[in-house]
This record gives sequence, C-alpha cells and structure tokens, in this order.
Amino acid sequence: MNFGYYPGCSLSGTGREFDKSLKEVLKVLDVKLDEVKDWSCCGASSAHVTSHFLSVALPARNLILAKEQNLENVVAPCAACYNRLLGAQEEMNSNPILKEKVESAIEKKYTNHLNILNLVDLFNNIGLDKVKEKVKHPLKNINAACYYGCLLVRPSSLTKFDDAEQPEEMEKIITTLGGKAVEWNYKVECCGAAHSIAHTEIVKNLSKKILDDAIKNNADVIVVACPMCHSNLDMRQKNIVKENKDFKEIPVLYLTELMGLAFGIDEKKLGLDLHFIDAMKLSKKLEEAAV
Amino acid sequence: MKIGVFICYCGENIGRTVDCAAVAKAAAKFPGVVHSEDYKYMCSDPGQNLIKQAIREKGLDAVVVGSCSPHMHEKTFRKACQSAGVNPYLVEIANLREHCSWIHDDIPSGTRKSIDLIRIAVEKVRRNAPLVPIQVPVTKRALVIGGGISGIQAALDIANSGFEVVLVEKEPSIGGHMSQLSETFPTLDCSQCILTPRMVEVYQHPKIKLMSYSEVQSLEGFIGNFKVTIRKKARYVKDEVCTGCGLCVQKCPIKKLAYSEFEEGLATRPAVYVPFPQAVPNIPVIDKNVCTYFKSGKCQMCKKVCGREAIDFEQQDQLIQEEVGAIIVATGYKLYSIGKQEEGSPYKGYGEYGYGQYKDVINGLQFERIASASGPTSGEILRPSDNKEPKKIVFIQCVGSRDESKGFSYCSKICCMYTAKHAMLYKHKVHDGEAYVFYMDIRAGGKMYEEFVRRAIEEDGVKYIRGRVSRIFKDGDKYKVKGEDTISGMPVEIDADMVVLATAMIAQQEAPKLAQTLGIPYDKHGFLVEVHPKLRPVETSTGGIFLAGACHSPRDIPESVSMASAAAAKALVLFGSDMLEREPIIAKVNDSTCAGCFYCQKVCAYSAIERKEIRDRKGNLIKTVAYVNSGLCQGCGTCNATCPSKSVELIGFTDEQIFAEIKAFSMN
Repeated sequence: MNFGYYPGCSLSGTGREFDKSLKEVLKVLDVKLDEVKDWSCCGASSAHVTSHFLSVALPARNLILAKEQNLENVVAPCAACYNRLLGAQEEMNSNPILKEKVESAIEKKYTNHLNILNLVDLFNNIGLDKVKEKVKHPLKNINAACYYGCLLVRPSSLTKFDDAEQPEEMEKIITTLGGKAVEWNYKVECCGAAHSIAHTEIVKNLSKKILDDAIKNNADVIVVACPMCHSNLDMRQKNIVKENKDFKEIPVLYLTELMGLAFGIDEKKLGLDLHFIDAMKLSKKLEEAAV
Repeated sequence: MKIGVFICYCGENIGRTVDCAAVAKAAAKFPGVVHSEDYKYMCSDPGQNLIKQAIREKGLDAVVVGSCSPHMHEKTFRKACQSAGVNPYLVEIANLREHCSWIHDDIPSGTRKSIDLIRIAVEKVRRNAPLVPIQVPVTKRALVIGGGISGIQAALDIANSGFEVVLVEKEPSIGGHMSQLSETFPTLDCSQCILTPRMVEVYQHPKIKLMSYSEVQSLEGFIGNFKVTIRKKARYVKDEVCTGCGLCVQKCPIKKLAYSEFEEGLATRPAVYVPFPQAVPNIPVIDKNVCTYFKSGKCQMCKKVCGREAIDFEQQDQLIQEEVGAIIVATGYKLYSIGKQEEGSPYKGYGEYGYGQYKDVINGLQFERIASASGPTSGEILRPSDNKEPKKIVFIQCVGSRDESKGFSYCSKICCMYTAKHAMLYKHKVHDGEAYVFYMDIRAGGKMYEEFVRRAIEEDGVKYIRGRVSRIFKDGDKYKVKGEDTISGMPVEIDADMVVLATAMIAQQEAPKLAQTLGIPYDKHGFLVEVHPKLRPVETSTGGIFLAGACHSPRDIPESVSMASAAAAKALVLFGSDMLEREPIIAKVNDSTCAGCFYCQKVCAYSAIERKEIRDRKGNLIKTVAYVNSGLCQGCGTCNATCPSKSVELIGFTDEQIFAEIKAFSMN
C-alpha cells in the first residue's frame, strides 16, 4: 500500500518523534510513503492570520507538486497542515478568481482533486483489522484520553469527521490496540495553539484544564495527533507543576507512538525519549502488564 | 365568432414594462376580434363591468384577458363572462404578468411579447368549444389521519355536524403529544385534564369510527370520492372482546426490557402494555419485539390470566377499505434528536451538549414527563441519573432550530413559551432551586404569552441569559454549562444539576411517505404544504385533502385546534352540497379509431382509463376500446401524448388548438 506524504515543518523539527514513530509503525504495517518532493511550509497559522491569499497559495503549491508527482492521496499527519491543505483545496475548487491569482503567483497550473488524509483517516484507510493483526503487546491497563483538539475536526463541513463535537474515531483505534479509552470532557477543546509563544500564560491555563480533566477521569496517557497540541500539553506541564504542587504529571503521546508500543517497537526508535514528561514510564507499565 | 380582448395594467405590475394601450391596439386587428380595450385593474368591479358591458353591447361570444396568471384570476373572469352570457370555457387568459412583465425590464420587447401572447390566446379561443362542468356525487364521510389534539378536534367538529368520521391513529392510543404534557401555557392548566374528556368524547361518539394502531396504506379516487385502504396492525389482543381490565399488563413477566415511548424513555413498560392509564381505547398491545412468546415460543402468561380469552398470538394485520369524501391530515410532529445522528438523517446531533451520553441532559418532552403528576416521578422534579432533586437547572433554547449549520433554519416557535413554563413549574416545585435560561430572542407572540414570560422572570425569579451555550462538561455529578452572556459580553459558567434542551419540532419521519401516498406536496423539512400561505392555509393542492396542526409547521395547542376546526369547516363546505362540480377538461377517446392497445391505461397516473366493449346489434363483440372515467380523469394529457393512433383528445386542449397556438406564435 502506498500513500503520498506531506510531513510539514513540525514533523521535521519539534515533532520529530511524530515522524519517526509514524514511519516505524507504517513499516510494520507494510505501508510505503512517497514524500512530496520539494515541499514547502503550508503557511500554518501565520499565513492564515496575515494574508488570505498566502494562506491559500502556500498550501496550494504543495497540492500542485503532489499532483505533478501523480499522487492520488496525501497524508498530512500534522493537524494544522491537514487543515490548511484541505481549506486551500476547497478554495481552489470553489473560487476561480483566487485560483487564477494563485496559479500566476506559483507559475504552475492547479488541476483536480487530491484525497487529503489526516492521521486517523490513514489508519482507517489501511484498515483497523490490519492494525489489530500487528498488535504484539495489547495496551492492557492503559487508560487513554484521546485528544483531538481543534484543527483535526473543524470546520466539520470540511473535515467530515464522524462528529466534530463528540468524535470517536481515535477511541476506536485505541480499542483496536487493546487499550481503554476514557470518557472525558475536553477532547475537542482548544489548547491555545500558537499563542504558546506570545501569550504563554493563556496557553498554560487552557492546557491545564485539558490535563486536569484527563487526570480526573483516570487517564494514564493523553493521545494526540497534532504536534502543536503535543508541544503545549507536554512542554507546559513543568511550569504547571511549579505553580501547583499537587499537579501530577501525565505523559502525552502521539497516536503513532502508542501504536508502536503495542506493535512491540523499541521506545527509542519511536522517539519516546524526546518528551519533556517521561514517556518511558508508560512503556514500563506495559511491560509489567505483559509479564 | 366575435372576440373581445381586454388588457390589464395590474396597477404598475404589467404597465411598468408593457405598453398596454399599444397591445390593445394591436389586438384589435387580429382575426375575429371585434372589441379591444385596456384598463388599470381589470379584476376590480369596474374592470369586470367593462367586460360585461362589452359582451352585451357588441354581442361577444368569446373573451381573451391579458392579465396575471390564470391561477390568480381565471375563475374571476370566467365568472364575470358567465354572468353576461358567455360560456366560461370560451374565456382565455394570456399571462402578461408572470410570463412577461415581471421577468423583463425592457418596454419595447415586453410589449412585443405581450402582443404575441394575446395573438396566441385569440387563435386558441377561436377553436374553443363551450363546455359544461361535470357533476359528481359527494360521499359525505371524512377520514382524519392522526389522533392528536388536531385530529381529535377536526373529528369532533365534523361528527358534531352530523357526518361520519373515520379517525386513524398509528399509536395504540389517541391523544398524541398533548397527552404527555404536564401543564399548558399560558394558563398552566393540566393538559390531561382538558384533553382526556375530548378523547372519551371521540370514543363514545356515534358518528366517529376510531381505528387506533392503524395506518393509511393507500389512497384512490378524488375529491368527494376517495377510497382509502387502512392497515389495522395486529395488536395480538382482540379489541372486540377485551374489557381493558389490565390483568395481562400486571402479570406480564417482562417489566424492564422495553423503554416506554410515552414516558420518553424515562421508564420501562411490560411487553403487553397500554401507553398510559387514560389511553383511548383502553386496549393493550403486545410488543412483538420484546414479548417472550414471540421470541422463544414460551410464556403465554397474558393468555393464561385473560378471563375473556382476548389474547390472540395468531392475529394478522388487516386491510380495511373505507369510502370518504374528504381527508384531514393531522399527523403532528416529533422532536429533533440531538444525540448521535439517526440513521439516514441529514442532520447532525449536538455532541457538545452530551445528549444521550449525559443522563441528566434531557429534552423538553422528557421534562414534561418529569413534571407531570402521572409521570415516572409522580410530578416531583427529580433528575434521571440518581433521582435527586436538582437545585440548579439550565434550560437551553433554540437547540436544532434557527441553526442551519447543525439543524434547521426555521424557528420552532413554541420553545420560548414551553421553556418559560418549564422554568416556572420547576420554581413552583423546588422553591430554593435556581433556573437559568439561555436564549437568542424571546418570541412570545400570542395572547397573554409575553405576560407569561415576564411572570417567569419577575415573579418566579427565573434568570434569563442572552447567549448560546458552547459546551457542557461533566464534572463529578455536576454539569458545567459554559456559555456567553452577550449583554455583558462576558463568558458564563454554571454548575448545573440538570440541563433541559428545547429541541426543535420537526416533521414526522414518515410524513414524506404519507404525502406521496396521498399525493400532496411537502417541503424540504418534511412538513406538508398548503396551497396558498395566506388565503388557503389549510387546503392542499389536491382537492378534498386538508391539513391540521403541526404536520404543517411548528405550532402550539391553540393554533393547532383552530387549524383543525378550519380544516373541518372546509370538509363541511364540501359536504354542504350533494353534487360536486368538476372541470370538464378531461380526456376523451375516439371509439372508431382506438385500436385497444391500452398504452393509455399503463401511463395514466389516476387509474382513470377503463375498458369498454363495443358490440354490434346482435350483441357480438366487435372490439374493446379505452374509456375515460370522467370522475377520475384529472386532464393531465399523458394519455393524449402517448396514444399511437391519436385517438385520445384532451377536451379544451385539442391538437388543433395547440397547433393553432404554435402557428400563431410562428407567424410573428
């Protein structure tokens, strides 16, 4: 099975372990990724808030490159990249004036429709039965809080998620891996995203609410599919501990990392050692359960 | 033939884009035209008098009026001409408004097109024959579909006028949603107390034939002469024998398997059940899906205890034919499900409110049951999860309504009022409780309605917050309701014990299917459509079928009752005469050329084509030809277009007339 691959900036930078774990997991599942050649930044939130034109033109360039490479689908594991690619495609298909402008700026012609997949779509396309086959260490004793954040599910008219307000797709994957998905409140609440840099205090508050609710509902781990969410939830915990003595740290893992553990892949290969909050503990808990 | 042409300005509607005087002048030169004039409002009294006067003075035999759509005023002008001695079918309307002035903005071309339209109409009217309306007898019996308050009202009104009514209800009991309500706004009188006497009146009325647990299967015929097939679903209890003692219900060993529909899922019921104690008829039904006997062939407890031997596990659905002259559709509404989407539903639920997941987030009808003295909590306000008295309730209005992205564009109309009522009932029962209402606008149009809402706010201390709720979070045994107060511009957070969602009234799921069975239109939401929104609000475009209640649009009890009485009055108008006049524009078969292929019979949507045997004097069969039943034919012309030997003509629209019209246009 082959999929086009748009890693985006985060996966080659702060979210390196997302890229590593994804590739490890797909190796086990016998899936190959064709990276879009010469890809560029999707514009992320910066382009989105400064120029409508840029916010479409930047991702559109990557869509055109993918098409030139004869890719039929493209996996964008980063939720923000996924959202921008999807939004740009919608604009290019529905706004002929903007399309013309973008084409003349990029000096390339935009053609046709590309199937843009997020991380959850990818596994659904591969097939959960196939994922199940590869599970070596079922996630027994693991209570996971699946966190979707904003960009994976919204706007619902674009993403067509099962239910943008009470999604359950990630939970299904956790169950497939033998784990237990906890019911909790904050799975689609915002973590503060890029305000992390300019308004750290706000992000700390928002992230704390998410972490608190997951802990309160007995989660051992928060599972994410977005590098921005990951960095906010993982990185801000140390600050939270400083101000709240009672706060108990909770590891935040990419879905692919947890899947890798279930597949029996070495934790360092998955990048579990690259976290702020000790994620290795979790793999120990798994090993204990297996004994 | 002497033809008169009359051009109407329709105020400025036509006059603005058509030079009416020039059209009249041009028309005067058309063959057969002996009189032509124009006037500001031809449909007005002086306008009609102009026509009558011209008929008398010039001895006109036929008239062409250039005006608005024939849908609007064809009847008016036909009547005027008839009173002056011209056969009404020798009057033709050229539609200069909808077909010309309203859609063009250029005077010269508008005028040119109008002249063409008049020329076409003149050529047709020259070939029109005088026709006489067909008389058909009227069956003076009515069918009412739906036994909620609207159906009950309509049935009683008709029956009390001395005509028979067949009342069909798909549920085991009549009463509809009104029987579930606790108290009613704006007077707070008990819903059951005012409804049940009506239900009993229906049951005991000698002119009403009540068919509960039954559905309309098919419909044939036409206004005044409908033939309805009704499916009487198997109850597995013989209604002619059962006395309603209730022993079977008491003894049924299955008590907790099935959720009670009447209690909106807040209580369970046995496999053999009566929906509620005051049900009419008071005859139980066996729910085949949960009954042990139907699942495993064992049990039969109900059969053993029934002294009347009324239980019949072998009972089958029965098809019953009824002949009626008028039909009133009063099938009501249901509530929008805000939980996970229903299968096949194009609408999304409200996952952010956790409905279906959080036990204490309920809808309006569930709150009605909790507040009702006959409900699962005997009228005590207790929340479903742990039966504790909630000290803080949040009510959220406009859930599913006025929200095109997740629900419906329309306003559900009754929610502002019932939410005020709910909050008030709660405050009356839980004195130290707090009630909050999140609203967009308060729409309290109605007699004593605004005063009622003010009473909730001012006397009962219900706190109204203008804004929407973004999400409900479960926090231990509390529900954190996060929303926005748009007046102060501040976010609000309320720790509630229970949340009541005022979900939208929506059309019954089966409404489109029923509409197709009856041949009446429905809108994109599944609500049934009236023929004119202002002047004919209870009639459908199919003659003899009328609408009552919430099957038409969201409406409250007083509105439903008045609509039901209006629909009953329309049926009674029909029953006021023995014969009904029908349009003579129907198909006619030429016996001598008809080859008897019966293609026409296959295509006829109204089953109006029959077989006729032609015999010689000695009685030998010569051939079998098609024959049009003039009572059933709607004059659609499908047979006319299908006939390979051109043996079917549509009276009033013969090939000769149509070709003359085309020729008149191409002469331009």
